[in-house]
Amino acid sequence: MRLLIRKGHIIDAKTGIDGVYDLLAEDGRIVSISERIDSANCEIIDAEGKFVLPGLVDAHCHLRDPGFEYKEDIESGTRSAAKGGFTSIACMPNTNPVIDNESVVKYILNKAKKEGYVNVYPIGAITKGQNGEELAEIGELKFAGAVAISDDGMPVKNSSLMKKAMQYASMFDIAVISHCEDIDLVEEGVMNEGYTSTIMGLKGIPAAAEETMVARELILSEYLDIPIHIAHVSTALSVELIRNAKKRGVKVTCETCPHYFSLTEEACAGYDTNAKVNPPLRTARDVDAIIEGIADDTIDIIATDHAPHHIDEKRVEFNLAANGMVGFETALPLAVTKLVKPGIITMMKLVEKMSLNPAKLLGISKGTLEPGSSADITILDIDAGFTVVPERFESKSKNSPFGGMDLYGVVWGTIVNGKPVVSETIIL
Amino acid sequence: MILKSKDLLGLKDLTAEEIEYILDTARTMKYVITSNNKRTPHLQGKSIVTLFYENSTRTRLSFELASKYMSASSANIASSVSSVAKGETLIDTGKTIDMMGTDVIVIRHPQSGAPHLLAKHVKASVINAGDGMNEHPTQALLDLFTMREKKGTLKGLKVAILGDIYHSRVARSNTWGLLKMGAEVALAGPATLLPPKIEMAGAKIYSTVHEALIDADVVISLRMQLERQKKALFPSVREYFRFFGLDENRLRLAKKDVLIMHPGPVNRGVELTSSVADNEQSAINEQVTNGVAVRMALLYLLTRRGAHETTD
Repeated sequence: MRLLIRKGHIIDAKTGIDGVYDLLAEDGRIVSISERIDSANCEIIDAEGKFVLPGLVDAHCHLRDPGFEYKEDIESGTRSAAKGGFTSIACMPNTNPVIDNESVVKYILNKAKKEGYVNVYPIGAITKGQNGEELAEIGELKFAGAVAISDDGMPVKNSSLMKKAMQYASMFDIAVISHCEDIDLVEEGVMNEGYTSTIMGLKGIPAAAEETMVARELILSEYLDIPIHIAHVSTALSVELIRNAKKRGVKVTCETCPHYFSLTEEACAGYDTNAKVNPPLRTARDVDAIIEGIADDTIDIIATDHAPHHIDEKRVEFNLAANGMVGFETALPLAVTKLVKPGIITMMKLVEKMSLNPAKLLGISKGTLEPGSSADITILDIDAGFTVVPERFESKSKNSPFGGMDLYGVVWGTIVNGKPVVSETIIL
Repeated sequence: MILKSKDLLGLKDLTAEEIEYILDTARTMKYVITSNNKRTPHLQGKSIVTLFYENSTRTRLSFELASKYMSASSANIASSVSSVAKGETLIDTGKTIDMMGTDVIVIRHPQSGAPHLLAKHVKASVINAGDGMNEHPTQALLDLFTMREKKGTLKGLKVAILGDIYHSRVARSNTWGLLKMGAEVALAGPATLLPPKIEMAGAKIYSTVHEALIDADVVISLRMQLERQKKALFPSVREYFRFFGLDENRLRLAKKDVLIMHPGPVNRGVELTSSVADNEQSAINEQVTNGVAVRMALLYLLTRRGAHETTD
């Protein structure tokens, strides 16, 4: 099948292309990009006035499959991802069973192949059962298809074990992603520690619970000279610590999520459990620091941390509510509205942080429109606005704190391996 | 005047005028309790349910007597915390009570914000009788009532609150209420037991009881939960008393006519000495009477609010 995308504004961070061109894809591959391509025998998508981007890559999401299919499954999760413009997503291992052995990796890959709307890449666990005790079979995970390892949600508390995990993983050239949280400092905290938590009478999670662990990972990475990736950075000091480490040449990369540059702890007011997330929403000062970190490239990646939860897990007392929010269908519009529209980053930077850099981290040949690469493409109408209505999300879960918010940036089309899955904003 | 909300969830949601209005109403109610015939028809035909997920003797009894003195039908439900985790959700329990024609649900719950969740899902008025570390508004209202009765006004009073401020819903509700009424709030306790950034609300934080006590008009000593010792929040009762306990020596720093208060139950020799607790300036026993008056006032005002709405 020949697919011609006409007159779109093509942005590709790897090749530096930034202009209005035609793009031709054939048999799932990008064939050429040039000013005028003959449309004979082509299916044509008119992208005039829109951006044509390499398909977005999400380095951090939760698909809940296997084990928690009542929250999300591979079919619904990938449909939600496609609707949000993502063509490749990496899912965290906190499933049941945990992705700590090759059979679970294969289950996910098989199911994704059959039912998935986008490419799915499992992230394996660092330790068996995410228990923080023994190493998972990292080599086998890698050869089965895992693209990174992480005990996301369950930080590796034991520093010696973390050191060994990094050393062992480096043999297989697989990224180690650290969820930075000192559980002892968190105690029973349920939101950011500060004035708002005091006003609401809730126990706070100090920023230091994240920062002390970020510092540990940076020190381990520097000491071992082995790369580390810091997940969902949320505080000003974390950004500063990473910025400083990068200056010293530490092989650190990091990500943040749209909610950390869009919302503050005040979103929890009225005990709104949809704003309960880990790490918690922080202060305006932290939001500013995250935005600054994105602007100066301290923060390499914008990931969703898409974390679906059933309404029954959110319609409870704040202390008892599950952590996390769905993110696929709001991530790109939030980045457009909060970062691109105000001129904080260019579209080129956005593509770098939401497509090229996550692909690099995961070691997958995605994130570019370079001829020869797979035809994963996102078509974005940056000037179209919409109001977020979580009830209309493709995801099984609707736990979003962004309901009612007016955002720019509508995903007009998503093409995965040369096949349109979202066309004129409608999922096919 | 009508209270703005159908519920009483916390003092931070009330205006100074509403607080004043509740205290004025409570003054009338106090005549009833101190009279020979403790029966008024104010709540005839109304039903009150107390839903307690935490142990309580005095608050619960206080609500129950308040309902009975005003001729309401009342019922009590006690649920242990463990059954909350496993069993029916709070919303489902609330709806069940609501559907039985209940006018007011009085809830005590170990989770902050639980009354707010309940209030969103029931037609009945919800009164917060203590939620986690958040608020205990009826306790604070009875404290304000006691202070106003003894001192004439709340404006300009210096109120020292001593002890475990961090975990105390009584301290929080009093802080929000007193600041609204123009009083000065001086908080003192071990640094591990102070709520972060509460000074942003206008309260003053002191690291020694001495500073907080200087020229205080009122001192509220909070109950110290002895199990906090296990979480390394303070080393021992002995040391706590040495640095934060209220004895007669320390009391001399306050104004001569200082009012001594405590939400009870008192740990004698931990938060304050017996001689302070039983001092003639102590209002600890009178607080209990005022508690019934304040709760009568609230039940009356909230149920009247409903009647007003339907006849309008």
